[in-house]
Amino acid sequence: MTITGVKQMLNLWSDFITVILPFQWADYDFMKNALLAILLITPLFGLLGTMIVSNKMAFFSDALGHGAFTGIAIGSVIGLVSPIFAAVAFSIVFALIITVIKNKSRASTDTIIGVFSSIAIALGLVLMSLGGSFNKYSSYLIGDLLSITPSEIFILIGVFIIVLFLWSVIFNKLLMVSINQSLARSRGVNTLLVEMIFTTMVAVIVTISIQWVGLLIINSLLVLPAAAARNITRNVRQYTLVSILIAVFSGICGLIASYYLNTATGATIVLVSGIIFFITLGFKNKFE
Amino acid sequence: MKELKEQQLNDVQCSGLCCTKVKNFNVNFGNTKVLENVNLHIHCGELTAIIGPNGGGKSTLLKAMLGDVKHTGQLEYLDGKNKDSGVPVIGYVPQNLSFDSGTPTSVLDLFMVCNSKIPAWLLTTKGIKNKVRESLAMVKAEHLINRRIGALSGGELQRVLLALALDPIPDLLLLDEPVSGIDQNGLEVFYDTVSELRKKYDLSIILVSHDLDLVEKYADRVVLINGTVLCSGTPQEVFNNQITSKIFGMTWFKQRANDHDNNRGEADA
Repeated sequence: MTITGVKQMLNLWSDFITVILPFQWADYDFMKNALLAILLITPLFGLLGTMIVSNKMAFFSDALGHGAFTGIAIGSVIGLVSPIFAAVAFSIVFALIITVIKNKSRASTDTIIGVFSSIAIALGLVLMSLGGSFNKYSSYLIGDLLSITPSEIFILIGVFIIVLFLWSVIFNKLLMVSINQSLARSRGVNTLLVEMIFTTMVAVIVTISIQWVGLLIINSLLVLPAAAARNITRNVRQYTLVSILIAVFSGICGLIASYYLNTATGATIVLVSGIIFFITLGFKNKFE
Repeated sequence: MKELKEQQLNDVQCSGLCCTKVKNFNVNFGNTKVLENVNLHIHCGELTAIIGPNGGGKSTLLKAMLGDVKHTGQLEYLDGKNKDSGVPVIGYVPQNLSFDSGTPTSVLDLFMVCNSKIPAWLLTTKGIKNKVRESLAMVKAEHLINRRIGALSGGELQRVLLALALDPIPDLLLLDEPVSGIDQNGLEVFYDTVSELRKKYDLSIILVSHDLDLVEKYADRVVLINGTVLCSGTPQEVFNNQITSKIFGMTWFKQRANDHDNNRGEADA
């Protein structure tokens, strides 16, 4: 697909939105792009979140965010035009190192992740403050979804397809590992490999989304929809579906609310999913 | 010990039936030797019970056989013609499956992720459902198919795990203390089911157990392990061995002597 192809596609999308959503916010191109980005990112967050919550990896994905932050700092320091590629490479390596050490070492997972997470964020902050130019990076802390560009949306589409494919291939094995490692091994699953593929996927998604969502809240976006879905579902299909629906719903509501309230989009989305989490918590007993 | 050596010599050939051999297993955790020089010979259709004191390495032996724990030595599976038919299909029922009891995973999901190529989050088919129902019917648990695995009782979970270990039908079934968290009644049901399946499918079963009464009732062979194989043979041979009574203390054996007064003469011979 060429760049003109992408542009045509985006124009189509733009016309489509203008027709079906005759609201003031839907008139702006940045809102249309952001909406498209949300429709691509949030299902992935809902999907990956299910296994992050099931595997008790909330702290881990938080550390991945820190790794991505450091990656962006490294990319900027070595002077890449788009530090995002350095960031993706760094967070993949970072994620794989934590996964391997977590599997080989007998120290508690919390401790290992804590050590790496703190080192990563400290290194990132040191690199970014070199020469006193920290302010230009502060957007990575909060994120700016409205700044998303058409070429970035193109990358998102690619990531979306790859994640859906990998998820179909590794999901069964991943769930086995999540239920019980010994059970998975007795069924011939290479548990370390499965975990490494999964953490790589999370690392990539977190890193490319961090510029739009922001380091401070990206983890909530991964964890909240799945945590909410878990309260009200009984099997894997319900769990996945509800988690995706909650993620997409909070994404769209958050985007529109942030437009009218003039607030940070990512944070508004997190607040919506937070509210949904507490509502589902109230229904938990009915789904025991 | 002399008996033990003779036993091993006799076991070199598989006398026309299929069998599984554990050869020279050694397991170390750091500098601690957990298992040393363990040799076992398991015939098809036999239930071999592994007994021994806590920390004696019973569960570790099963995990080593699964490849879950690093070990030296080999696991060989020979089919009826004494030919090495490679790696046996192993079914494993763990001691207690520790998982998050809040997990939104149904029994059907559990079977799907273990046995199906179709991703369980996407869809399920009638064919898969029927197959899982058949598997569960083997352990009389077909009514549990849509239950959440975290909502099963200890006994129900154990039966589901047994059904899972039997799909596909394994060459070797490893049961690790399937007794924890199950009441006496559930226990007997479980053992009866296992015995029945063993006869039906000619399974080799290795069972790690603490319950000597049940071992005596159901096992064909008993192996006493404490770091290494101390003694093995029929239940009577092992239970009449002095090493066994030393390890398990005299109380149980006195009780047993009273219960089995009439059989004693036979056992000693």
